[in-house]
Order: sequence, then C-alpha cells, then structure tokens
Amino acid sequence: MKLTSLSQSGGYNLPPCHIISLCGFNILFDCPLDLSSLTIFSPISAQTFTRPSSNLHPEMLDKTSLIAAEPYYKTVQTLHLWNVSLIDVVLISNPMGMLGLPFLTRTEGFSAKIYATEVTAKLGQLLMEDLVAMHMEYKQFYGPKETSFFQFLKWEELEALPPALKEVILGKDGTELGGWLPLYSSADVKDCLQKVQTLKYAEEACYNGTLIIKALSSGLEIGSCNWSLQSPKRNISYISSSVFSSGTAMDFDFHALIQSDVLIYSDFASWNGVPCVHSENSSSIVPLDPSAKSDNACMSELLDFDESSEETEKLNFICSCSMDSVNAGGSVLIPIGRIGIILQLLELFALHIESSDIKVPIFIISSVAEELLSYTTILPEWLCKDRQEKLYSGKPVFAHEELIKEKKIHVFPAVHSHELLMMWQEPCIVFSPHWSLRLGSVVHLLQRWRGDPNSLLVLEEGVNTDLALLPFKPIAMKVLECSFVSGLMSEKVPQLLKMLQPKLILLPDYTKAFFNPLNDSLPCLFYTENETLSLPSSKNLLELNIATDLASRLTLSKLKSEELTISRLQGKLILDQGKHYLVAESQKKMTPLVHWGKVDLQSLLLALEKIGVKGSMEKVNIEDGCVLHVFEPNKALIQVEETKTVIGSDDEGLASLISDAVHSLLNGV
Amino acid sequence: MAIECVVLGAGQEVGKSCAVVSINGKKIMFDCGMHMGYVDHRRYPDFSLISKSADFNNVLSCIVITHFHLDHIGALPYFTEVCGYNGPIYMTYPTKALAPLMLDDYRKVMVGRGEEQQFTNENILNCMKKVTAVDIKQTVQVDKDLQIRAYYAGHVLGAAMFYASVGDAAMVYTGDYNMTPDRHLGAAQIDRLHLDLLITESTYGKTIRDSKYAREREFLKAVHNCVANGGKVLIPTFALGRAQELCILLDDYWERMNLKVPIYFSSGLTIQANLYYKVLISWTSQKVKDTYATRNAFNFKNVQSFERSLIHAPGPCVLFATPGMLSGGFSLEVFKHWAPCESNLITLPGYCVAGTVGHKLSDKTTKVDVDKDTQIDVRCKIHRLSFSPHTDEKGIMDLVKFLSPKNVILVHGEITNMSYLKGRIQSELGIQCYYPSNNETVSFPTTHFVKADASATFIRSSLTPNFKFLKDEATDMAPVQVCDERVTQGILVMEKGQKVKILHQDELLTMVGTKQTEVEFAYCFPFNLCSLKVPVTDDNSLIHILNTKLSDEVAEFGVQDCMDVIQVNSFHLAVCKNGNCLYRINSHGSTMGSDCVFFCCNWSISDKILAWRVISLIKNMSSSVESVFG
Repeated sequence: MKLTSLSQSGGYNLPPCHIISLCGFNILFDCPLDLSSLTIFSPISAQTFTRPSSNLHPEMLDKTSLIAAEPYYKTVQTLHLWNVSLIDVVLISNPMGMLGLPFLTRTEGFSAKIYATEVTAKLGQLLMEDLVAMHMEYKQFYGPKETSFFQFLKWEELEALPPALKEVILGKDGTELGGWLPLYSSADVKDCLQKVQTLKYAEEACYNGTLIIKALSSGLEIGSCNWSLQSPKRNISYISSSVFSSGTAMDFDFHALIQSDVLIYSDFASWNGVPCVHSENSSSIVPLDPSAKSDNACMSELLDFDESSEETEKLNFICSCSMDSVNAGGSVLIPIGRIGIILQLLELFALHIESSDIKVPIFIISSVAEELLSYTTILPEWLCKDRQEKLYSGKPVFAHEELIKEKKIHVFPAVHSHELLMMWQEPCIVFSPHWSLRLGSVVHLLQRWRGDPNSLLVLEEGVNTDLALLPFKPIAMKVLECSFVSGLMSEKVPQLLKMLQPKLILLPDYTKAFFNPLNDSLPCLFYTENETLSLPSSKNLLELNIATDLASRLTLSKLKSEELTISRLQGKLILDQGKHYLVAESQKKMTPLVHWGKVDLQSLLLALEKIGVKGSMEKVNIEDGCVLHVFEPNKALIQVEETKTVIGSDDEGLASLISDAVHSLLNGV
Repeated sequence: MAIECVVLGAGQEVGKSCAVVSINGKKIMFDCGMHMGYVDHRRYPDFSLISKSADFNNVLSCIVITHFHLDHIGALPYFTEVCGYNGPIYMTYPTKALAPLMLDDYRKVMVGRGEEQQFTNENILNCMKKVTAVDIKQTVQVDKDLQIRAYYAGHVLGAAMFYASVGDAAMVYTGDYNMTPDRHLGAAQIDRLHLDLLITESTYGKTIRDSKYAREREFLKAVHNCVANGGKVLIPTFALGRAQELCILLDDYWERMNLKVPIYFSSGLTIQANLYYKVLISWTSQKVKDTYATRNAFNFKNVQSFERSLIHAPGPCVLFATPGMLSGGFSLEVFKHWAPCESNLITLPGYCVAGTVGHKLSDKTTKVDVDKDTQIDVRCKIHRLSFSPHTDEKGIMDLVKFLSPKNVILVHGEITNMSYLKGRIQSELGIQCYYPSNNETVSFPTTHFVKADASATFIRSSLTPNFKFLKDEATDMAPVQVCDERVTQGILVMEKGQKVKILHQDELLTMVGTKQTEVEFAYCFPFNLCSLKVPVTDDNSLIHILNTKLSDEVAEFGVQDCMDVIQVNSFHLAVCKNGNCLYRINSHGSTMGSDCVFFCCNWSISDKILAWRVISLIKNMSSSVESVFG
C-alpha cells in the first residue's frame, strides 16, 4: 500500500486530497478547488479598475493591484502530474471535494469509477452549477473578447505583482502556477455527474470484486462521509473533517471504523496550528490510560462535549448581531456557503424576527437556491436524530418550507430578477453567494451597503479577510467573522484514535509534534505533502474460503518425517466481494505432481519384484547415479540420480508399473 | 451449521406474516403481523413457539419489519409492550414514520367496533421508540456475526426485502414485493446474492397480469362516468399506500380533463399521510421523485378534507374514506348512506379479507347485512380495482431464478397457488421448495466454507495467465488461437495446532527442506526418413516437417518454439546422435543409416498419455513405409 498526499490543506472549503494505491488500484480521495484564491481577481463593479501600467509600489496592496480579468480556478497542482488513466477509483467525501472533479472527468483517458453519497453528488452538482452560473455572469460583464490573464502571463508581470497575490498564485513554494485553469462548462458538470455512482450511508459497493467501499457519515455536512475500504490485503479507514454531532447532518459514525489495519486521519484544519505550538501543554491534557475505562465510558467521554449546542450559541449570536443592525436600520449580508449553517440560520432568524417588533424580509438569492431548499426537505434519512424525530412526529424536518409559504423567506435566482425588485425593501437579511466576495450577487449588495455603518456582513473565518474586502474599501459596514465547527477538537483526537484501535495511523507531518509524545499508545506514521509513503505488505497470508464439497474430496496424507498432513488441492479460484474462494471444478483424477525423497536401489528392486518386474543392478557411475536394467517382463532401464529418476522403456505398461514403484518410495503430493 | 425456519403466520394463508429463522444460531423474526379475519387469539402469531419461558430478548437477535401493512406489523406493539420484547427492531425510514399512523388507525377501528383494545396509542409510540430505521442498501451490523440489509421492494412506500447473513450462510425474506413499477413506486430491486434460503410471498402465485394501464383507464372511466352523471364515488382505502396511488392517478386525470368535481379525504389522517409522502418522496419511483424541485407530486391540487355534513350534500364528489374493505369505521358509515342510490359508485380493492362487508359485496349483490341489525339495499355500481401492488407468477419465478437460492420457502398465499408454484420452482429451476403451514418448521444445512490461510505465492500462481497457443487450420484468418486456462493448484498443509495453510508446491518443498525428485520417462527410437516422402535437408527441417504432421493429429501440437526440438508441455523430442544412448531399448540392433535417424524423447508423468500417443504416431509413419518398401 502507498499513500501520496497531494494536498494537505483542509477545512470545510478545501478538503485534503490524497492518492492511495491498494491491491494494485489507485484511489483518489477528493478533488477540490481552492476558491479562496479567487480573491486575487477584482470583482465586477460599477467603476472599472484599470491596471496601472507601472505600479510604483508593488508591495502596497490596494484595489488596483487586483487582477481585472476573467477568473481562473486553482486546482490541486500535483494532481496534474498523474496520468488520469491510471486512477481507478475516485472517492468524494463532501460537496466541496467535488468541485474540481469536472476537470478530471473531461480529461481524455479518464475511466475511474467515482463514488459519492447521493446527497453529496446532488449538493455538489448544485454548487458547481451555481459556480458556472456566477462565472457566466462575470464573463458577461467583461465581455467575451477580454483576454485571460493567465494565458498571456509573462514572468515580469508576475514579478510585478504584490507579494500577497504572488503567494496565492504560486503557492508557498512557488510551484503552483500550473494548477490554474479556466472554469469548466455546465456540459462538463453534467457529464461529470453521469460518471458518479451514488451510494447510501453504509452501502457496500464492490469495486472489481476486490475492494468493498463504504461511505460512513462524517457529520460535517448533510451527506458528507468518511470511507472504509476492505481489501483482501488490508482494511483501511479514511477520516477527513468530522463532527461528532451536528444540528443538521447525521452524527459522525465512527463505530464502523473500528479495528482497521490502517487509519488515515487528515482532519486537522480546525486546529489552526494550535496543537503544534502548544504541543507540550496539550499532551498533558490528553487522557493517559483509556484502557482502564470501559469502551462505553470512553465513548461517552468522547461525546460529552456537545458541538452542536456550541454551534447553536454561535448562530444565535449571529442572529442577535443581525437584529441589532436591522434595528438600527441596516441590512445584513450573509455570503456563507455552508448549507447546514444556512438552513439553521434561516430557522433561527425566523424565531428572532418573530420575537422582535421589526418585521424584515429574508432574501435568498442564488441560481440554485430554490432547488437546493426543496431538496433539503426530502432527505430525512441523512439528517441528525432531532430532525428525524420531526419526521416521525409528522412535522417538517426544516422550517424553511413553511417560512417560504408564509412569505417570510423569499427565494430568487438572481439579484436583477423583476420579482425581486418589486419585493425589495430595506432593511433586509440577504443570503447570497459567493463567500470569496468575487462572484455572485454578494458583490452588488456589498457595493451598495459598504458605506452604511449600520449594515452587517457575516463572513466565515479562514478567508483572508483583508484581501477579500480589498476592492470594497473603504468599508464602513460592520464585519462579523465566525468560525464554525469543521473538525474534531484536538484533545478529542487521541481518545478517538485509541478507541478505534487501528494497527497503524497515518497522519500529516505537521502534527508530528503533537503525536510523537503519544507514540507508545498510538502507532503513528507521518506523511509529507507530495511524497509517497510506502507501507510494506503486512500479511503474507490471505484468507481463503474453501468450498466444503472440495474440502471433503481431499485425500490427506501424513508425512512420516514431520507432524504434517498434506494434500494436493485443485479447484477454481474466485475473487468475490473482496474474498478469495476456492470451489471445486469438474472432478479430474489427481495424481501426485511433486515428489521428494531418495530412491534407494535395494528397496526399488524389492518393490519391483513385488509387482513381477525383475531386474539387475548395474553400478555404472554416470554422473553420480546408478543404472538398473530390467529384463522381465520386458526390457527397460532405470537411471537413478540424486534428484532425478529416468525410466527408459518402449513398453507403456511396464513404464507406468515402474513409475508406480518409484513413486511408492518417495514422498509425493 | 444450519437454517431452521418456523413459520408463525402466513403459512399457506394470507395474514399475520411472521417467520422466525435461525441462521447459524442467530434467531431473527421477519415481520410481526396480525390476522384481520380473526378477533380471538388466532389474530396473533403463536409467540410461545419462539420461547416457552417468554424470554424473547435472549432468544431473538432482532426483529425485521418489511412494511407498514397490518398483516406485517400489526402484532408488533403487542409483542414489544405486552410480551416484553426489548431487543433491536429494524425497518425502513418510511415504515417507521408511517407504521404508527396505520396502527393507531386500526386501534381506533377496533375501539369503534366495541372490541377490547389490544394496545394503546402510548404502546404504539413506545414500541416505535425501540425501532432503528434503516435506508435501502445500508448494511447494518446487528452484532458481531449478524448482518442485515434492506432492498427496495416496491410494494408500498418504504417496503423492503431483507437480506440477512451469519458467517457464510445468507438468506432473503422478501415481504410483499412488486416486480413491475406502478404509478408512484419503482419495481423491486436486489443484488445477485449467494443465498441458502429465499422466503418469498406468493399471493398471486398462479396469475399472470397484463398491463396495468388498461385497468387504470377502466377505473378512471368508471369514476368519470359516475361524477358526470352527478353521482358520488366512495373509495374505501387504508390511509396509506393505495390512497396516494389512486390520488396521484385522479389528481393527474382531473388536471388533464379539467374536472372541477371535489375530491375529498375522509379524515385529517390521510392529509397528514400525504405530508409524510411528500418528505419521503425519494422512496417513490424516479419519475415521481423528480417532481420534488418543481411541484411535489404529493402536493395534490384538487384534494380537500371532508366534513361529516357533506355526506348528504347534493352534487357529485369523490371520497377517499378509511378503512379499506369496508370493515367498519367511517367508510362503512358513508357506504350505508350512499349504497342505496343508483347513480353512486363504490370501488373496492381486489382482495378483501373474509368477514368484511367488502368481501360480501359483488356486482349481483342487492342486499347486504352490515351488522346484526342492519341490512342495506345495494343499488349503486360496484367497481373492483384489479391492480394490486403484488408481484405475479412471472415476477416470483423471475426473482427466484435471478437469486438462484439453494432453498425456497413460500409464504403469504393460498395453498393451491403454493403447490403449483412449488412444482414450477422444483421442476424448472431445480431448486428445493417448501410451503410449510403455520407453526411448522423447515430446516436444512447451510453453506459453509473451510477457512484457510493462502500464501501470496499460491494466489499469484493461480492468477497468472496460463496461455496456450493452438493452431487452428480451419480458419485462415486466425491461424493461432490463444486460450487462457488458469490452473489453481496448491498444497494444503495442516500442522498440529495451526491454521490450515495453502501453499504453492515450491513453498512446501522449502518448508519440508528438500528438493524435488523428478521422475521422468525417456525413450529413444529409430525413424525411417523415407516415410516423410519429402526431401529432408537437415535436422531442423526434419523436426519442422514432423511437427507439422503431428499437429494435424494431436491438438496440443501447435506453433513450434524452437528449431531443433519439439516441446509440448513436458514432452521433449530431439534427434539423437549418441550411438550409445541409454534409452535405445530393444533397438540396439538398428544402426544409423542414411535414411534412418533416432529420436530421443523424454517426458514427465503428467504428459504420459500424450507422449505415448505421439510415439505411436511417429512409429506408425515409419512402419507404414517399411511395409510398403518391404
């Protein structure tokens, strides 16, 4: 087995990307796009930015330094170094891990099987369609003739860019320029989705009879998953960003990942480098001996921290800040992209507005919002327990359906739609993509409200806010940055890993400082980005299932020398559902094919005599062997050497008689 | 290692489906239904057969419910809340959501009829709390050894077939299923599985049904005619399933024909049920499912709820009323008022349980006893709905053939259908088939594989292609045929106190610490060159000519690899120049003349037959010449 980490980054918006070779198959985990790098482009705006011919202070970053051109999209650069035809399986863990997939599927020679959960595929499709639509809008603004920035990029131009932009374009080590591509088309998206095989949680998909692939809920987002791979050689668990309990998605299903041979754990985005800095202190927090506790105690301890209640608190905080703005006459703009967060915010906003005196409308503006919202009402099987309980008691699983009916929420495909203009009133609360603040209606609304000190912009932490807000400066609008749970807390991880009892854990190298002190109880190996980590085959023996009718047909023989019982085995080897089976073939007479031991001439003579064959010994030493002449019932010759006996005869019957006699003196199977 | 199946219900009958199967020691109860035709103890399965001491929690590993119909789930609240079963229960999400409605509706009917209620609403809710919901194809590990998995059955919303496996043994219990898609549900779908047992329903074991569309048209025509003439249509159905299917049909028809006649649902119940259907739309057929984004197909436009006062309101209408089969409750009440009027129409399901008013009605009925004291004149028209969400004979045979299990048990059907079907399954498919009666046990051994550790070398050698190149003279286009017969051969080794190992033969020798001793055969014999009737220039051409001749006769001879030898498998033949060759048995007299050469061959025991055949062929060539030339 081999692991190559193509991108270690992580978090909700940019899941890590790995390739694993297992049983001769190359498996790609996720194919994301780095959309945060869109911030280097300047957004559509009323005033056109002209790029100054000579920038006197390239270090100074202002709105004119942004690239005014049709945006390119940053893919995982090192994935392009792989021959796509060598990828056998692609596993998509969440909608964000799918955004780069059309680039891959449209490449000539791509033939891999893609697996994703039903919901991930659908949400991914909607996100990609929205991205294409927003990009089209952008393009319409710039016109078709605008040459793209990357196509004619000269090195000098690149050098002239401010360092902040240069780092985004080239990456930290300056190698990522090749990863930039113009966006795929909606036809590419459609084509890509046709190649996806959708799964339910815990559905067993069998690839090529060898790998059994299972998607297990990760709790990060509705439909997002971790993976369990069973192969004849190894069982592998793959954990990316996971959340124990969420307000929308089904809980993290870690029980099914217990006792794997190799556990790949790549969920560290939410740590923000904290554990590496404070490793000395944090290792002492880690519980030291979980073996003393029962599994149940361990599990309850693992779950005692309720992430969803903390999240609800945060969401309520956003709501109350928003209500303050609304009360002051300002509007609220929320370009957050997380579906689960949006759905919960809609419900909470409705409650907050209900309990306040001011009635403000909520607008959702996106080309796919309507479909997305109605889709979320029909997937109760993928939701957390509380939401499922709502289904059983006959209530709608999400409140937004009712709210739309009651005209408290208004959904529009675009900011310029006629109905929206008719409905429009301020202050209002608007949900609108895109969180990079470069695409979608958010750009127009931000232009409109940026000067209003009463208005509020809610952003998710993790985006480079300075760069993102650059084109809208000066900004009088309030900006609220929130972080949402997008992975397990660092202190929970060792506990979880111990409970899962993997034989080996593979971790990204930047966590070395944190995990090395724990190495006694957690068998860890660390992988580095763009390096291949090879694990030698652990078991030399594979389990084989022998059909009973075949087993009952075996002729067992005991070896005299040792306490061994052996038998020749003949059948048909079948690989099915990751298991090897040996079943009986049409019955053929089996004769021993391998013999070992020594032919003693005296014994041979005796054995021959018993069956009526007479001969005389002739000690001719030809190459340390002897020759025995047979004269009755016919002429024959037996030449005996150390590891070889040759029977020379023109009589078929006699030859087999002699060979039987010789074999009776040997061990054979 | 065996499977033991006790049929507690639906054995040679329809009603109270319940089969308790023990696979390799794990006991699973499939369905826990009640019989609608009885009111005494016979309405429930005889649970005492599972455990005399009523220790169900330890005896049963789990209960699996296939769908929300009462004859499959009706006894569950009784079994959990009264009999005290506390273990795991599995059903699909829609079944878990809809079953309480169904059970409570039934409970109300019972109470309405003045019978003693078997369980309370609270019992139902408590019972449902113990249920774990599963999704289609989700593989659930019930315990260390037992795995179950649901497959789409298409009978009603959320209906599933269940697969269960313990160790190497596996089985499927179908519940009720439908192999053809209908108005709102897809067709049953299952993987090709290796099964020891298939327990299948056989309701329509002896019927082959034609297209459903003709019968749907008939139904719509009957309803349309009735309302066009100002009549009222009564459709007694259960709240779930049929009601929604017919409603999709009518709603769609109303849209197309632009009808304004009101369609009513009798109680809030069915309206409520429609809400569930809307949320669970992903369990319907793809066509219906795709409507979620635009207008959910269960968002009926023309449907309103019914007030009691409307029974005598003038004008046409269509009314869906519960329960089905006119077994009591509101539908029977409305029936009493509407049946005497000629312009009205009653539609009844194709199958009504004996004892219900629905069962007593037919086209010729003029009077019907509704209860002890009431007799009703029946003058209205009666339409029998002949579409049923059960599979027909062909569907059952298709499923059995597709799954090819080792054994089949038929349940949920009439005995004549079962014996007919058993005959077909045994004679046409050669599969052992049973149809036990209630409380009868069937058992048979299960598949078992002997577990062994195979070495990588063995597996590799078995997977290595074993190409053979055969010459095919008949077709000029492809003179060489390639075949790849993989040979799986290895050595099974048992050592005291260790797991059985499978090794490649070379590994065995290393393990024993010796080398192979080969036993070979050798023979050197003279050959007359004249027999070839072609001039032979040298040994290489001689071998070539010989090979060509032999390949006409012996299939194994094909393309010659080397110039100066013939090598097929272990058989090796070359021209022998050694005058003192040891293997010239009986031929020492012959000398090498200008027209005579010696061929020396050797081979190992595996090619014994081939070798002697070749030798005799060559000798025959030679001797035929000798006899001609004297």
